[in-house]
Amino acid sequence: MASETAAGVETMTYREALRLAMREELERDPSVFLMGEEIGVFQGSYKVTAGLFDDFGPERVMETPISEEGFVGAAVGAAMSGMRPVAEIMTLNFILVAMDQVVNHAAKVRYMFGGQVGVPLVIRTPNGAGNQLTAQHSQSFEGWFANVPGLKVVAPATPADARGLLKAAIRDDDPVLVVENLQLYKAKGEVDTSVDGEVPIGLARVARAGTDLTLVAHSFAVTRCLHVAEQLQDEHGISAEVVDLRSLRPLDMETVAASVAKTNRALCVEEGWASYGVTAEVASRISTACFDDLDAPVGRVGMAEVPMPYAKSLEDAALPHEAKILSAALEVCGA
Amino acid sequence: MATTRRRTQSRSARRPDAVAAAHAPQRPLDLLAALRDMTLIRLFEQEAERQYKRARIGGYCHLAIGQEAATVGAVAALQPQDKLLTSYRSHGFALARGTSPQAVMAELFGREDGCAAGRGGSMHLLDPDRGYLGGWGIVAGQLPIATGVALAGVKRGEKMAVLCELGDGAVNMGAWHEALNLAAVWRLPVVFAVFNNGYGMGTTVDQASAEPEIHKRAAAFRMPGERVDGQDVEAVHAAADALLQRAREDRQPAVLEVMTYRLRGHSVADAGTAYRTKDEVEEWASKRDPLALATQKLLAAGVAEGELDAVAREAQEAVDAAVAFADASPQPSVDTLAEFVYGDPRTAEQFARMAPGAPAGEAQVIAQLQQAA
Repeated sequence: MASETAAGVETMTYREALRLAMREELERDPSVFLMGEEIGVFQGSYKVTAGLFDDFGPERVMETPISEEGFVGAAVGAAMSGMRPVAEIMTLNFILVAMDQVVNHAAKVRYMFGGQVGVPLVIRTPNGAGNQLTAQHSQSFEGWFANVPGLKVVAPATPADARGLLKAAIRDDDPVLVVENLQLYKAKGEVDTSVDGEVPIGLARVARAGTDLTLVAHSFAVTRCLHVAEQLQDEHGISAEVVDLRSLRPLDMETVAASVAKTNRALCVEEGWASYGVTAEVASRISTACFDDLDAPVGRVGMAEVPMPYAKSLEDAALPHEAKILSAALEVCGA
Repeated sequence: MATTRRRTQSRSARRPDAVAAAHAPQRPLDLLAALRDMTLIRLFEQEAERQYKRARIGGYCHLAIGQEAATVGAVAALQPQDKLLTSYRSHGFALARGTSPQAVMAELFGREDGCAAGRGGSMHLLDPDRGYLGGWGIVAGQLPIATGVALAGVKRGEKMAVLCELGDGAVNMGAWHEALNLAAVWRLPVVFAVFNNGYGMGTTVDQASAEPEIHKRAAAFRMPGERVDGQDVEAVHAAADALLQRAREDRQPAVLEVMTYRLRGHSVADAGTAYRTKDEVEEWASKRDPLALATQKLLAAGVAEGELDAVAREAQEAVDAAVAFADASPQPSVDTLAEFVYGDPRTAEQFARMAPGAPAGEAQVIAQLQQAA
């Protein structure tokens, strides 16, 4: 459980921070309600909603059948009618059967009806890989959703951001996909519970200051990049700055560009497939915005372009591990 | 065609008295008013067909000529607090719910004064003030959304119902199964009105459905399923009224299969003759036209012919005025291309900076917002 370390600042896990955000928003706004598979008496597949069913009851914490297209669509309808549903998709892998509701419906409502109706919907879902869950349960699709105008996509990397971005998502008048990460649920960090703590959607964060290289990442890749930055400093004397994007749509290129203007080198890292992915977008923008600042081509690291295999040796080889990031960073630095 | 009713096991079905009481129509249909609406819709759609062929209406244009009784009968059973969602064959629904013909025609013309500000077109009409939450362009996509609209009503303790229209082609989609299942397990007040016009584009219901008597499929969800003659506006109204009333009072979802026929093709671009005979179409046009059937009933009831002439004349005037209005309405300014993607206009400014080649600025905008707040 959370433990207090300073006045108002508590150390808690990413999972607890998400839960705290939902608890605070359920208490603040009666139009907020949760829906999803096994989020009630089962306490949530990944226990993110643990305890909320007991405290808020079945009307506010609504269990659904295994029926993603159905309940995401129902969440869209409820949101169009003035409610603020927070729908949990058990893992991002299962959102594909609800893709029509997310992309064709939720994202389009406000525009195609001439601005008369909005969809204040949150879909929150874990993604990621690393537990030998194989091809159908080890994916990172956030780049797909970030491609769609009408959606917003956030991917917190720390407990404080998990709480703050989820709160911002719930208060937003448009559909927001909150991409969590399986590897981060146990990660601990400080959260200032004495303040509201909302983190505005569309604002990146410099997670570590540096002068020689900018590592751009989001979600669990930020953790990997921070470790790599330490290695770069300790073993190679390279000072790496780590920019945590936090939001993929909208994308805060100003913070990225300011960093690259300082370091003159950039490496973009993601957990998903890099082709046509988040790093493709960010690298392209850096190439345009920072052309005169760059001392080397922008580097990219993502997951191997294969469906995720089961064998541990192969899974390890497919993931964008720190060794790969380190080696790509050295290449960008010409070291 | 006789109206057939089939009830499945349900809470109400186990209480026969309550069912009988619930099936008494709350208010009889005003047949003359219904004919007025049907005539307006018929003339409006005939005009839309002409305007489409003159290329003043673009995109797809799905007409429902021949289905006016189904539309008007069902919509007339709605109360003001009820909500309506439809598929993309939707012109008649907006008009029957009271949206002005001008706003609908302007939308078909893609003009600024259209009911969706020229962003939706024929398939995406909308009138939230009248509880019309949209025509939806993906087959069966509106079904789960309709359950959610009903869910919101229930959560707020409103005594309301949702009428969700769909075509016969939608009942073989997964969304049909999921939406009806959710409506049943959550006891949501949704009436799924299947407008069975015999064809999903050019595929017959028999070819597409293992159980072509669609109302029977309600049994899989333990909800009432009824079939009604969709060319008889009074029959449609009575059936829809009863089911909507039970939805409001008992949170009882239901399937209403409305047997009807489209005299035109799937869309204006389809002649509608590749998959059906001219004789079949002619048979429906000459013997089952819902406007003619309603007119006959009114004459038999003693309504003067002059009064019926006035109905047609006024409808034509309304359609002519709609075309004139749509024609005069401007095209949306290209400056407004990126409006309405997001709700907060400040967010729109953020996203404007996401255009390829626009490198930066979100943080700056947010900083300004925070200063302003």
